[in-house]
Formats: sequence, structure tokens, C-alpha cells
Amino acid sequence: MNRFDYIRPDTIADAVAALAAFPGAKALAGGTNLVDLMKYDVATPARVVDINRLPLKAVEDTADGGLRVGALVTNSDLAWHPQIAKRYPLLASAILAGASGQLRNAATTGGNLLQRTRCYYFYDTSTPCNKRVPGSGCSAIGGVNRIHAILGASDSCIAVHPSDMCVALAALDAEVEVEGPQGRRIIPFAQFHRLPDHNPELDNTLEPGDLVTAIILPATDFGRHHTYLKIRDRLSYAFALVSVAAAIAIEDGIIGDIRVALGGVAHKPWRDRNAEQRLRGEPPSEATFLRFAEDVLRESEGCGQNDFKIELARRTIVRALMQATRGTPQDQSDKVVR
Amino acid sequence: MEALQSNIAHIGKPTSRVDGKLKVTGRARYAAEYPAADLLHGVIVSATVPAGRITKLELDRARAVPGVVQIFTHENRGKAAWLDRKWRDEVAPPGHPFRPLHSDRILFDGQPIALVVADSFEAARDAASLVRAEYDIDDFCTELEVRRPEAYDPPEKRSGIPPPPEPRGDAEDAFDRAKHRISSEYRINAEHHNPMELFGTTCVFEGPGQLTIYEKTQGSQNSQGYVTSVFGLRSKNVRVINHYVGGAFGAALRPQQQLFFAVMASLELKRSVRVTLTRSQMFYIGYRPDTYHAIALAADNKGRLTSIMHDAVAATSHHEDYQEAVVNWSGMMYHCDNVKLSYALAKLNTATPCDMRAPGASVGVNAFECAIDELCHDVGIDPLEFRRINFASIDENTGKMLTSKALLECYQQGAAAIGWDRRPVKPRSLKDGRELVGLGMATGMWDAFLMKAAAEAKLTADGRLEVSTAASDIGTGTWTILAQIGADALGLPLEAITSRIGDSTLPASPVEGGSWTAASNGSAVMAACEAIKATLFKHARAMTNSPVAQAEYDDVVFAGGRIALKNDLARSLSFAEVMHAADLAEITETGKAAPSLLQMRKYISYTHSAVFAEVRVDEDLGVVRIPRIVCAAAAGRIINPKTARSQILGGVVMGIGMALHEEAMTDHRLGKIMNHSLAEYHVPAHADIADIEVIFVDETDEKVSPLGVKGLGEIGIVGTAAAVANAIFNATGRRVRDFPITLDKLLA
Repeated sequence: MNRFDYIRPDTIADAVAALAAFPGAKALAGGTNLVDLMKYDVATPARVVDINRLPLKAVEDTADGGLRVGALVTNSDLAWHPQIAKRYPLLASAILAGASGQLRNAATTGGNLLQRTRCYYFYDTSTPCNKRVPGSGCSAIGGVNRIHAILGASDSCIAVHPSDMCVALAALDAEVEVEGPQGRRIIPFAQFHRLPDHNPELDNTLEPGDLVTAIILPATDFGRHHTYLKIRDRLSYAFALVSVAAAIAIEDGIIGDIRVALGGVAHKPWRDRNAEQRLRGEPPSEATFLRFAEDVLRESEGCGQNDFKIELARRTIVRALMQATRGTPQDQSDKVVR
Repeated sequence: MEALQSNIAHIGKPTSRVDGKLKVTGRARYAAEYPAADLLHGVIVSATVPAGRITKLELDRARAVPGVVQIFTHENRGKAAWLDRKWRDEVAPPGHPFRPLHSDRILFDGQPIALVVADSFEAARDAASLVRAEYDIDDFCTELEVRRPEAYDPPEKRSGIPPPPEPRGDAEDAFDRAKHRISSEYRINAEHHNPMELFGTTCVFEGPGQLTIYEKTQGSQNSQGYVTSVFGLRSKNVRVINHYVGGAFGAALRPQQQLFFAVMASLELKRSVRVTLTRSQMFYIGYRPDTYHAIALAADNKGRLTSIMHDAVAATSHHEDYQEAVVNWSGMMYHCDNVKLSYALAKLNTATPCDMRAPGASVGVNAFECAIDELCHDVGIDPLEFRRINFASIDENTGKMLTSKALLECYQQGAAAIGWDRRPVKPRSLKDGRELVGLGMATGMWDAFLMKAAAEAKLTADGRLEVSTAASDIGTGTWTILAQIGADALGLPLEAITSRIGDSTLPASPVEGGSWTAASNGSAVMAACEAIKATLFKHARAMTNSPVAQAEYDDVVFAGGRIALKNDLARSLSFAEVMHAADLAEITETGKAAPSLLQMRKYISYTHSAVFAEVRVDEDLGVVRIPRIVCAAAAGRIINPKTARSQILGGVVMGIGMALHEEAMTDHRLGKIMNHSLAEYHVPAHADIADIEVIFVDETDEKVSPLGVKGLGEIGIVGTAAAVANAIFNATGRRVRDFPITLDKLLA
């Protein structure tokens, strides 16, 4: 445990100033991850800025037909919001696939984006971990790495991003609204999280002092041709070994716009736009989707205990795309994978 | 006995826990919840390497935290016994018990190396996080596979654990000559108990050498004995209380670290001290050891077993030879003339393993019952039919007769309940949508022990009865069943009975383990109540104009707070009248239970079960669902069908955990368990549990215990993992011999 400053600003400007003034300051929202990390001495912020009083709890329409979701909207409220259920059922489904009811009641939209990896070594301060202590080494390489990355990993880090919600946001081409010392900016979702490269301590592209204020969902309509399929080590309350958020626009029996994001396989929600592009114009079928899966996974690489995830990902992609094609999204209560 | 039976009102009736309301309203206090004046808080600092020596401890930053009172390390540990044997407790295995802070030596990762004591929990935890240690690391090994070639027969056997029986017949020759045979190796990964309640001790300093200790333990008197022995205190000055225990599963049989530390700090600082382990620290206080099972079986054309060989290797620590009965079951589950069994240990740099729900049987029977399923497949015989054909009517390991064995009833009722006739004969031949469907079954078996136990019963003139014994209730329902037994013995309403347990000052009791509490403590309570009845009757007869003056004891009944003539119930006396006439405010009697050594020469007792599972496995993704499990148990008389059912449900859920989820993931390069949290150490979640049907078949056993009770704490887990694994084979055609069966093992 470390000593830290605690402040609770009332305005976004004050919050940004408070975050910017202290290197390593952390914003506290639901606290479902940050507080754990502080208890384990993994996160040792010098300052904690409690943002729960900020006016970031609205879900509102945007001018171009999308939705703007405030960073403090809880995961539960978001998943059960009528507009989300109606217009973005893929997002609702992904949220409900994650964590437990209690956690979703506390966890927030902004916080979900900033969840840290569940790599065992990241949590255990007695072991080297480049993400926790840059330059100390990666213990997961050659170690207990059943849950680790098969895509986009580096010699420095093979951790994966644990979020379910973010996988759907990646598929939906959401944007992240950020308020920083230089004012407001919008980060496309694909550019928000990053791959580990040689700086695995950086999960995302936020700058010091930045505060996530909202998620912007563009107008989309995939009808019922979507699904969030999560495969894990027990039927609930476990992080994804592999998850797939899929949405397909099918026109006259031909694939049009298609989005496929993978969770549990990389340091960020994984999308391959080129592979998606190559799928356009094809008829949806198991054979087509298997080709697509091989395409997406062409550079996948296991690190021992997680080798099985490559085959699992291949099969999960195909099944998810078949679910989306049939218009039978995975039900997150019924655990049968249809 | 007859009088009891004619009066049965509460025994056999589903009864809600008498402590239930206290628990759900938060008024039942657990060890770490007791208040104490001027309480200090201790937080343990754990080693981060698995072997070696501490070369340096940096304590300055920790000492500087405001509120820190003392930091104990191996350099300033409080006074404690020197001799090894002083540290042994009732259930200790052979070897050198772990002595916290004894020296700079590190025996296992997670070993406590310091205790920070402060005037608040927050300060203690803060300071503990600032302690830094440096080590000289020795060679170590935490991988059973590596140490397996050096496995040895433990020279000193653990008390109460029968070593494998001598071979009978010629198993190798019979195997070589057999028409059908299988030879397989099973591996079951290490598991951790993870009860909900964190291990905690609140040690109240009552004066020099005098302590009241609120402790998470399965045996208040075991903890008391440990404390008096280790710290040289007098028994009468040390009282251990464990009224409520939030689960334990065996982890709280032996005194754990927090007890030593709370008492040591309390004696040194002459203050009350509380120490609670973190969830993560609970991964280093004992575990179900990893095991390998080499099993070879043979049968003839008709499905008769002709050879059984089962060789197990289990992990233990370097300092103790922890032992359990792993392979013995394989020699007595079925009739077979040629049997050869062995059990060996291999030393790892870990904490000493400890008993975990059905220790030995849950792993040994699991592997054996999977192997039996393999043999059935080879012979081409229905697994249920095979088990009927090979039914053993005696214990073939010892040649002793069984006091009862209603296992055939379990097979029959369990099979009917699951719909065994739906089972596809050919594996991977039944599909529903994308799911492969299969059924599997296994036999379960556990000891039915009667242990020495004592109880006291006190009847007061207001018609209230108090029954006392130093038993524990680890969620099992002991509070309730003792009240039921007392109520029926004296013919009183349940509300008139107060149970007193969970206190070392009460009449002697063994630890709550081995599924023996209901039979042992229950029988002692019944004996004490019988003694009260005899006393009441004696005084009743002595009364002037007594309606029972001419009656013999067998001529009267005790019901509704009265003694009445059996053949003329109108002629009766109230307990109050009798006690008033005898000028007694209360009647206090004691009772004892103990096994009959004479009977034990000829008879032996076991609880049996048949477990049936239906599984569904996604054909591509390997996702396993278990829509239904039926556990049919033959466990003698069921005192409380409601809490009894709960026990079986819990055992089955834990069996599902063994089948599909639970395992310690160890980094053998570092000698460290990496998934030491409930987020990453998976136990079944609600979604993993669907229908579990519990059946208690009728089983009358007048020899097993005076109450006819066998006990239910462990039988629910035995066989469950095998039933699931066998169902997975039936569904998928895949025989997974490495537990838990995570989905990667089914992705072929």
C-alpha cells in the first residue's frame, strides 16, 4: 500500500488539472480494478482523483444518429439502457458476458476501457513483469501463460486486454472522447489501446492528464446479424480465453459491411480490417468463414500453454460468424453455444 | 432404542438450521469478528521464494509507519517450544511440523517471515507491505513429475491412515493372461480449499498466561492443545472458541499460521491480537496434493474383474510426510482376487499438503473409477452392469464384514433418476444441436467412522435441555442435529433444546472431520440424554403415589416433557414435578461414544454412493455443461434430510470443480503458485451448476454407531469427478486422464 493524495473534484476542468498536476495520478470511478491493484501494490498512484461527482452519467443522441455514453455510466446501466438494447445489442451482450452482476453495477464505461490485464505475473509483485516494472522482464514468457496472447505480442509482454465491452466497441468502430490539458479530442477506438511493443507499461494512447469523458457510438444497424461469443474456463465469471464480437450486413445473400473483433487474444481488442475487406462480396458460409479465420490468425503464435487458443480462436470465429449470419446472437444467460 | 424410535419426531425430519437466522442476519460471529479491548492487529509478511535462507530483512520503513507496535521476525520471535514434538497436533502427519519464524530457513513459497503488529489493521497492512527481504535461494522443485522417480514408501505411517493392503493373488499374472485389459495413467492436479471465511484468530489477552482465543478451526480442543504445548501454557488458562466456521473442508483441521502468530504476539505484547490471512496467503497453508495414478485392470469376457493394480504417487513437503488413503479403495470397491496396490510420496518445496474433503478417496476413487469405465468400454459392457457383476459384499482388503452396504439400491435408484437407459452405448453417437450428449457414472465410497467423543446434557426444571460437546459446525449442521437428537431423546420440542458446541471447555470431541461428527458427537449426546432419562425415572419411581412406582424403565415413555406409562399414557408425571419432588433444579449427566473394539475385529463400516452425470460438450469448442447430476447415497440413518442434502450438494459441486475447474497453476521455474486468487483459481460458478438430485436410499445399520448414522460430509465429492469424466468420454469419445478437464483437452 502506498500513501496517496485523494481529491474529489466537481468539474471536468478541475479533474483534468488535478490529474495533469501529478505524474502517475489515477482517476477513480467504480474502483473495481484500480482498488484491487492498489491493494496488491501493483498500482501505486501518488494521487487518486475521484471523478464520481463529474457530470458524466448521460446517455444521449448525437447529431449524426449515434449515441454518446458518459464515462461514468455503469456497465449495468449501459447494458440495460433501452437505446443500447435496441440500437447496439452487440454492446449490451458483450457487457453482460463480463464479470458478475455486482461488479457490473459498480464498474463504469470509462473504467472498463482502462482495465488492466489479468496476467498472473502482473498481479504478483514478487515476480518480474515489464508491464508493472518496465525493464524487469516478462515472467509469462516460458511460464504460466495459458491465458496469454496469440496475436501482436512482443518479447517484452504477452499479456492480453481483459475487457469484453471493448471487444464490442472495437467492432462497432466506437470513438473515445477525451478531455486533456490541451482540450477535448476524439480517439478512434482502434487507436485507443495499443500493442505492447517495447513499452508494455502503456496500455493505451492516453497522455498524462487525459480523462476519458465519453464513448461515442456511430449509427449502425446490423439488424440481428451480430453476436458476442465468449469462450472461457467456466460458464460464467471468468475472463475470455477467446471472444468474438461479430456484426455483418448481409445484402442479397452477400456479405457487405463486416466487423469482427477478437478478445482474449492480444494486448488490445483485435481487428483485421484487411481480412474483413477481403470477405466483402462473398456469400456467408462456414467455408468462407473458416478461410477468414485462417486469414485473421495467419500470424498467430502460441507461447506454450496457450497454443490451443489458436485453434480455439479459429473455431470460435467461425461459430460466431455463423450465429451472426443466422441472426441468432449468443444468449448470455443460456450457456448453450448454438 | 425402542423408546427412541417410538418417539421419533425430529430425527429424520427436514429441519432448518437453528443457527440459520443468526447467520443470515450477520449476528453469528466468526473468529475475526469478535471485539476485544485495545485490540492489536497483526499482518503476516510472506516469503516470495520457495527455498533458501533469508539474508536480509529491511524493516525500517515498516517500523516508521505510525501505529506499528512491533515487528516479529526469526530474530526476535516470542518464546515457543523448541522440541519438534511439542508442535504436533492431533492430525499432524509424521515429520517436523512447520514452526513459524523458527529460523532464517525458507521451506516453501508463501512461508511467513514476519508479523507486523500495529494498533490498526490498516497500519499493520501498510507496514507489512514495506517489509523487504533478500534471500539466498537454494535449489528447489515444485513439480511432481520431476520428483516422481524418487518417490518413496513413507517410513513412518500417519496415524489413522491405513497403508495400502498387502497384495492378494497374483495381479500381474492375471493381467498378463486376461482377455480384456487396460493400463492408463491419470494425473490430478493440486487443489486448494478456499473456504469463504478467511483464516482468522482473535486472541484475547485475559492476563499473564491466560487467553481466550476465537479461532477458525475444525477442532477447538486441537487448537487448545497446540497452543498449550507450543507456548507452555496451562490447559485451564487457554480457552478456544469456534462457534461458527465459514467453511473449512479440512484446511482448518490443523492449527494454522494465524493461530500461532496471534497467540505469540499476544503473549509477548500482553495485549489482545487479531491476525487474519489474506485470500492469497490461504494458498500456502496446505492443499490437496497432486497425484499420479498408474492403473492396470483386467477382466474376463463376462466382465468379471480379474486383476487390479493401482500405484499412486502423491506430493508432500520436505518437512512432513503427509499421507492419505489413496489406493486402498481400489482393493475394496469391487470383488477381485488379484490385487496389488502401492502408494508413494515425493517431496516438493511447498507447504505440507493437508486433508481436503474426502482426502485420498476423492483422487484415488476418481482415477480408479475412470479406469473402470475404460475397462467396461474394452469389454463392451454397460458400466452399471459391470459394477453389479463385481459387487463386493465384504471388505476384501481386510476380509471384514460390512455393517451395511445398500449400494445396489443406490445404483438402482440413481440409474432410474438420471434415465440411465438413455445412455448411448457408442461414444460420440448422441447429439443435440451442436452439443454431444453423454452419460457417465461412478461409485463413491467413504469411511463411516465412530470416534471417541463425550457430551453433557443438562435438564432444567423449566423443561429446557442443553446439550454440550466440543464439536464444531463447519457449515455442516451440527448445531441443529444435536438439538434434534436431544429433543427426540427426551421427547421435548426442538425449541426447548439448546446446543452448545465450538468451545474447548466443553466435553471432549475430536476435530470435525472424516464425516464422523454426526455419528460420534451425536451418539455421545444421545448417551448423555439417556442418562438423564434414567435419573429422571429413578426419581419418578421414588415419588409418593408415583404412577410409575411399579414400572420398569422399559414400561415408560418420555414425551411432551412427561414420563408416562406406555400402556396408560394418561398416567404420567411432568419432568418439573419429578425434579421438584427430588428437590433438583437441574439434572446434569454425561455421555460417551466410542467404537466397539470387539465389533471392529469382525466388522467395518463404509458409506457408499452411486453418482450419475449427464454432460453436454460443444463438438467444436469443447465447452462442457452438466445439466444434471444424481447422487444416490447409502449413509445409514439421515438425521436431518435438509442439511444432509446440503452436504451432498456441496460435495457434488466440489466434485464438479475437480472434474472441470480446480487446479493450482504453478510456475515451476519460480516455485510459485500463480493463480492465488478466487479470480484465477476457478471453482464452479452458479452457471456451471444445474440440477443436482440427492437421493438417500434406506439403509438400516445398527452396528455402525448407536444412532445408526454414517455421516455425509465427504461422500458427495467421491466419484463425482469420475462420473463427469466418464460422461465426457461417452459424449465425445475422448478419454481425458489429466484433471481438471479444461476445454483445451477436448479440442481435438
